[in-house]
Amino acid sequence: MKYYRSHILVGINEAAKQAGVDVFVNKLQDQISTAGLADEINVLETGPLAFFGRGICLTILPENVNYENVAIEDIVELVEEHLLKGRPVHRLMLDSAAQFKPKFNYDRRIVLKNSGIIDPESIDEYLGAGGYEAWEKALLNMQPADIVNEVKASGLRGRGGAGFPAGLKWSFTAPLNAEQKYVVVNADEGEPGTFKDRLIMEGDPHQLLEGIMICARAIGASMAYIYIRGEYKLCIARLEKAIKQCHAYGILGRNIFDSGFDLDIGIKIGAGAYVCGEETALIESLEGNRGNPRWKPPFPGVKGLWQYPTVVNNVETLANVPFIIKNGAAEYRQFGTDECTGTKVYTILGDVAYPGLCEVDMGATLRTVINEYGGGMKKGFKFKAALVGGAAGVILSDRMLDVKMDFVSLNQYAAVLGSGAILVMNEHQSIVDMLWSILRFFRHESCGKCSPCRIGTQHLYDLISKIRKGEGSMDDVEMLHTIALTMKQTSFCALGQSPIMAIASALDNFRDEFIAITKK
Amino acid sequence: MTTAKAFTNEQYAKLGAVIDQKKDLRNPLIEILRIAQEIFGYLPVEVQEFVASRMNIPVSKVHGVVTFYNFFTMTPKGKHIINVCTGTACYVKGALRVIQMLTEQLNVGMGETTMDGLFTLSAVRCVGACSLAPVIVIGEDTFGRIEKSDQVKEIINRYS
Ligand SMILES: Cc1cc2nc3c(=O)[nH]c(=O)nc-3n(C[C@H](O)[C@H](O)[C@H](O)COP(=O)(O)O)c2cc1C
Ligand code: SF4
Ligand code: FES
Repeated sequence: MKYYRSHILVGINEAAKQAGVDVFVNKLQDQISTAGLADEINVLETGPLAFFGRGICLTILPENVNYENVAIEDIVELVEEHLLKGRPVHRLMLDSAAQFKPKFNYDRRIVLKNSGIIDPESIDEYLGAGGYEAWEKALLNMQPADIVNEVKASGLRGRGGAGFPAGLKWSFTAPLNAEQKYVVVNADEGEPGTFKDRLIMEGDPHQLLEGIMICARAIGASMAYIYIRGEYKLCIARLEKAIKQCHAYGILGRNIFDSGFDLDIGIKIGAGAYVCGEETALIESLEGNRGNPRWKPPFPGVKGLWQYPTVVNNVETLANVPFIIKNGAAEYRQFGTDECTGTKVYTILGDVAYPGLCEVDMGATLRTVINEYGGGMKKGFKFKAALVGGAAGVILSDRMLDVKMDFVSLNQYAAVLGSGAILVMNEHQSIVDMLWSILRFFRHESCGKCSPCRIGTQHLYDLISKIRKGEGSMDDVEMLHTIALTMKQTSFCALGQSPIMAIASALDNFRDEFIAITKK
Repeated sequence: MTTAKAFTNEQYAKLGAVIDQKKDLRNPLIEILRIAQEIFGYLPVEVQEFVASRMNIPVSKVHGVVTFYNFFTMTPKGKHIINVCTGTACYVKGALRVIQMLTEQLNVGMGETTMDGLFTLSAVRCVGACSLAPVIVIGEDTFGRIEKSDQVKEIINRYS
């Protein structure tokens, strides 16, 4: 392996692509060669970096200097000043532009520990970072029951929304006798404002694959499917490449590591419907049908894909698994709280200085996440509210900024961690308007199978539209609540049971706004 | 502007071959419809009927799937589909303003296609690029932080 004095990490994501990062990288490499530094400096195209800046972003290691919004015109100066003379170009540095030092908490990361550091398209780099050691251990040194027990002991809970203990879920499927079992990865990520799974897959696809493999071994599945949104083109390309590499290295396929265990992983592309994120609807969709949810029980763990036992887990859930198997449950429990272990990946959006993604211990407060990882409020704006958990989430006010972000503590506000989306609103934004957008979303995404939700979501939308126009009364506002409550009690799946959360929290925390608008 | 184009035998032959090749896979309907939409541009009833009879399944099943998923469309679309994200993050950051700018500049409403057949204006749910909100997606390209009508103009020009 070649030794480089310095590494330039180039974050490749949608923002960078839009800013023309491909051309940029070529030019940068040319300039480095021209300066005679080609043997000393390595340019590495990687996934999302540790921070979220504008445009093309770079991190230069080992000195850990971060640049944002770098243009082709800046390349000459960058190479001259920083790479040749060792003087960082202050004008382009992230920290000086915004007076904010993003947290580089790589020592507290599990899921994103490689993201922005290794080249996600290279299996060698993943192996170099200790990748697939957990898979080898799980396959050669552990019995399936040991794996299930370790994951149980870790306290890992599902990161797809409901927070169901992963080890417990696996323990239902593992002992079943069936001629076929499946692992299905839920990468349909449809909750508005959420893109953590996309960045996990873009930044470190092999880690997800390793988690899938361990799960497959634990439950005895020889086939796994990743059900992924069609819009996630970069993820799909990287996953396909990663799977190919695994086959070439004998990490996937027949008789892996001479253990007698066979496994393949396939990618299935969704066709766009929020409800397909619900696990039984997702299975219907995988089978080529309309994505209408199925009745539970039987749960997918017993009768899932093609009626065979199937474990459905979220991307982030599975990405935690290699760490647990490699380092043990006790080590994992060093992260987070007693009841909610590990870390959580959030996407912070809206009126914060640095919208983006971060990974933080479970139990950090909302305030910490917003201030320390999102850079606080955007200059000149005041915090008004945060929508936590996407459309199926709750609207929290400033009185709740000190709530601990974990499955248990959020319960106290009838809130959920959900997908981990945090949308921050400033004092000028209207809660009524936000609620309108959420209810319009539900109306559009209701699958129509059951009447409470099919009809209810339409009514909710009509009512909120009327209120938003200033034509509603407080009776209409109460009616919103009543309908949503009825839907919660009677809807067939969790989609129809969700609108109550946003509605109740909006009414509890921002009732004045509804009073004001209905008085007009 | 929804006069059905006449489809060529060649298109049907191509689709037929795809179906024959995939028909014995386990329920390949969604995949086949994806390819059919690539071939024909959209999925009018006659194409759905063709798929159903060739796969030997009821038309109602095909129709059910086509109407369920956002990805499938039964009306012809423009050469470029301009998808405006109306997800929560984009909404808060002004997706409605983006839609307004687009409708003004293209002179069509949501879901409609321009007279020259170049653009169709459509809404999508969150595309997972929220840090760039408000976002529009055209084909493989994502454009973010759309704030001024000049930006919109420039983007449209790129595809005209
Ligand atoms: C309407 C609806 C949408 C959902 N969308 C997603 C999703 O996009 N991604 C996801 O992982 N789980 C989603 N879920 C939750 C899944 O049903 C399921 O609980 C999850 O995939 C289980 O994985 P986990 O235990 O690892 O969290 C959704 C649920 C509902 C009701
Ligand atoms: S609650 Fe809504 S999404 Fe769920 S089955 Fe009923 S209609 Fe479909
Ligand atoms: S809300 Fe528009 S990209 Fe997420």
